[in-house]
Amino acid sequence: MDNRQKEINNLKDYKYGFSTDIENIQAPKGLNEDVIKFISNIKKEPAWMLEFRLKAFERFKVLKEPDWQKPKFPKIDYQDLYYYSAPKSMKDKPKSLDELDPKLLETYKKLGIPLQEQARLNGIAVDAVFDSVSVATTFKDELTKQGIIFCPISEAIQNHPELVKKYLGSVIPTSDHFFATLNSAVFTDGSFVYIPEGVRCPMELSTYFRINASNTGQFERTLIIADKGSYVSYLEGCTAPMRDENQLHAANVELIALDDAEIKYSTVQNWYPGDQDGKGGIYNFVTKRGLCKGKNSKISWTQVETGSAITWKYPSCILKGDNSVGEFYSIAITNNHQKADTGTKMIHLGKNTKSKIISKGISAGSSDMTYRGLVDISSKAKNSTNYTQCDSLLMGNRCGAHTVPYIKNKNSESNIAHEATTSKISEEQLHYCQQRGLNPEEAVGLIVNGFCKEVLQQLPMEFAVEAQKLVGISLEGSVG
Amino acid sequence: MKEQLQKDFDNSIKNLSLSQKDMEIKKFCLDNFIDKGFPNKKEEDWKFSDLNQIIKNNIGELSFYNDQASTNKVDTSVFVDGLEHNKIVFINGRIEKIDFEYEKKDQIEIIGQSETINEFKNSNSLSDLNNAFTNKCFKILVKKGYQLAKPLIIYHTTNSKIWSKNINLRLNFELDKDSSLRLIDLFNDTSEKNFLNIFYNFELKENAVLKNYKVDKFENKNIKYSFNNIDQDKNSISETFILSSGSNFSKNEINCNLNGVYASAFVNGVFSLNNDKHHEIRSIINHLTENTKSYQLIKSVLDESSKAVYQGKIFVNSDAQKTDGYQLSKAILLNKESEFNAKPELEIYADDVKCSHGSASGSLNGDSIFYLMSRGLSYQQSRELLINGFLLDVVEKITDPEIKNLIKNMIGIKE
Repeated sequence: MDNRQKEINNLKDYKYGFSTDIENIQAPKGLNEDVIKFISNIKKEPAWMLEFRLKAFERFKVLKEPDWQKPKFPKIDYQDLYYYSAPKSMKDKPKSLDELDPKLLETYKKLGIPLQEQARLNGIAVDAVFDSVSVATTFKDELTKQGIIFCPISEAIQNHPELVKKYLGSVIPTSDHFFATLNSAVFTDGSFVYIPEGVRCPMELSTYFRINASNTGQFERTLIIADKGSYVSYLEGCTAPMRDENQLHAANVELIALDDAEIKYSTVQNWYPGDQDGKGGIYNFVTKRGLCKGKNSKISWTQVETGSAITWKYPSCILKGDNSVGEFYSIAITNNHQKADTGTKMIHLGKNTKSKIISKGISAGSSDMTYRGLVDISSKAKNSTNYTQCDSLLMGNRCGAHTVPYIKNKNSESNIAHEATTSKISEEQLHYCQQRGLNPEEAVGLIVNGFCKEVLQQLPMEFAVEAQKLVGISLEGSVG
Repeated sequence: MKEQLQKDFDNSIKNLSLSQKDMEIKKFCLDNFIDKGFPNKKEEDWKFSDLNQIIKNNIGELSFYNDQASTNKVDTSVFVDGLEHNKIVFINGRIEKIDFEYEKKDQIEIIGQSETINEFKNSNSLSDLNNAFTNKCFKILVKKGYQLAKPLIIYHTTNSKIWSKNINLRLNFELDKDSSLRLIDLFNDTSEKNFLNIFYNFELKENAVLKNYKVDKFENKNIKYSFNNIDQDKNSISETFILSSGSNFSKNEINCNLNGVYASAFVNGVFSLNNDKHHEIRSIINHLTENTKSYQLIKSVLDESSKAVYQGKIFVNSDAQKTDGYQLSKAILLNKESEFNAKPELEIYADDVKCSHGSASGSLNGDSIFYLMSRGLSYQQSRELLINGFLLDVVEKITDPEIKNLIKNMIGIKE
């Protein structure tokens, strides 16, 4: 085997597939009120939080699992899951990083996320979530100076109850759909961000999610509030060990932008996608919703979806404030037996609201990819515009690419434009690149990167490089 | 509704001499329909048009029994002038006249079929309703190599004798090898508040050419549903044009299966709506083998509180390499109460294809109005000119010059 082949084989393997052998505290298996009380209790939550959870659980009991999505999956037994799992060493929270379990530190080092602040040069504040708890948050002091709150949500419930009470569930109410409601009932940890009025967050904020324990569902909850005139850029990354069984990940993310505020939310999702025969992998059923509450506010979603056995999510924007802007940039890549049903919703309620959707889907192997999106311009949203472009690229004739946009225009002063294309990499393009000395793999990589460029450009620098590599790796072995 | 259905069903089959088997089929379909009822918005395909609700609000209680014993007088004043054509006349759902006066008699065969149950792909409970209540089903066979000299116009006429009735029609067409047919459906209603449920089935053999023009132009308060199933063999061409304007509610569905290589399908539609009307076109083009082509263009002009819906789907099977599929829908909203909904869908399982869709909706372009007004036209004239040009684009797609002129005259589009 020559070196090049070896390199490809190395890359093809999911390099984050290791698991960390660490002692865990788990809630009893299954889903019932006692488990919810257990979670609430272990997090030392106030009574109103438990009430919030139980209310959601009441609602959850009457909801049915939705089945309209394109990728079908075997029925999930919600009683056969652990809803809480945390490293034992986290029971009494370490005061500083020095007290953190060295095994955990090592895990994150292996993942390329050094938590020790002195080791960090690129100035990104990280909140690391391991199974059900947040293990470390870096750069806290520096952020506090500016009045920025960046901490695990469990801490925010204790320390900033007025903010959490006011905003939690205001975008994704407890009465929402099946998975969102499940999350409201059993969510464990996640990040909380509050940017005070007029502050421009000096560094990128980042959360890194890791599922480690087996048979565990990860239900994190992220809440980001950008007060008047503030700005924040938030990154999210995720990995999981290789396991044979499918694991559920049902997170809720709520963004709230007040007057003149801007939130930029970037995700690089690289959960374990299952092996080549489609065994194992993460079910990524996430609810992400942003509310442009104030005038002139802006929310921008950027996602690079390469992992997970099934990705099923629609990061959405509710454009309530006048002149608010919503953006959605997405690259979704599926290979082998992966399936994705993703897209966005842009709900225009305020006047002069604008939205833009750029979606690039690439499917290879026996995978299946669906773009599903909604653009809804209400009768009050005068002078609003939307532009949507969704392109799909197919590699091989065993995969599928689908586009299902819903377009509703109820306002004669508003304009909607939608374009979609589906094609394959043309022989001419490949030939041209190969003629100039690139091998087929490199040629495809180059063309795909060009195809995705519009989205990759939206990512913060450090992420863009990583994402570009990821795009290449996800498609290795799918040509030729 | 259940008892009403059962009662009307017993009444309608009483006078029919049906074989045991046909009877069973009809009963089976009736039970299916009783079970499912009219489609409502919970069904994905009816998301934007809740037929159940629409019937409830506009008609209320429907009666399904049609007394077809007595003949109706054919009113010749509705016939199209200035175009020689063959005729089929339906009055209140009863076939009154079949006349192929311009054709060679031995080249066209009209077969009165007993019940043929068609399991249409992508159909719904209305096909069950149709199967249960149609009492006569004709099949028109155009023989090998014969091309009809003159177009066939099917007159769908209803008059004020009927009220709150459900009318079911069913026609089957078979176009044998190298044959061709030009077919115009012309709706002319003086009745109110009826529900028309029409199913056509076309079978196109090798090299056959079908051109179907559906014209619903005259103002009426009826609710219409029409389903065209088109099966296409090698090299065949189907062209469908829909002018959707007159009825209170109308939904046209086209399900086209491109089974043979080099088969192509064209669907063009115009919505010209005002006054609380609610119309929909839903097309499904199934590319099932390689080298097939489809093209769709839908344009809407929506005034007052009207609502138009376009759901178009291009399906490409994994065998259908080299597919070329295109779809474009555009809408102009003239009034702040009007609404346009679209769901242009692609479902693709083959890689060497070229498929795209586009959809745009918005107001009349202010710059264009300004341009025309600065050249001396009034606002009203500019607006008319722009709308004219916008719709003319679709009418120009009609490949038959005679019929193109006829339709242009009918909608008053000037060149």
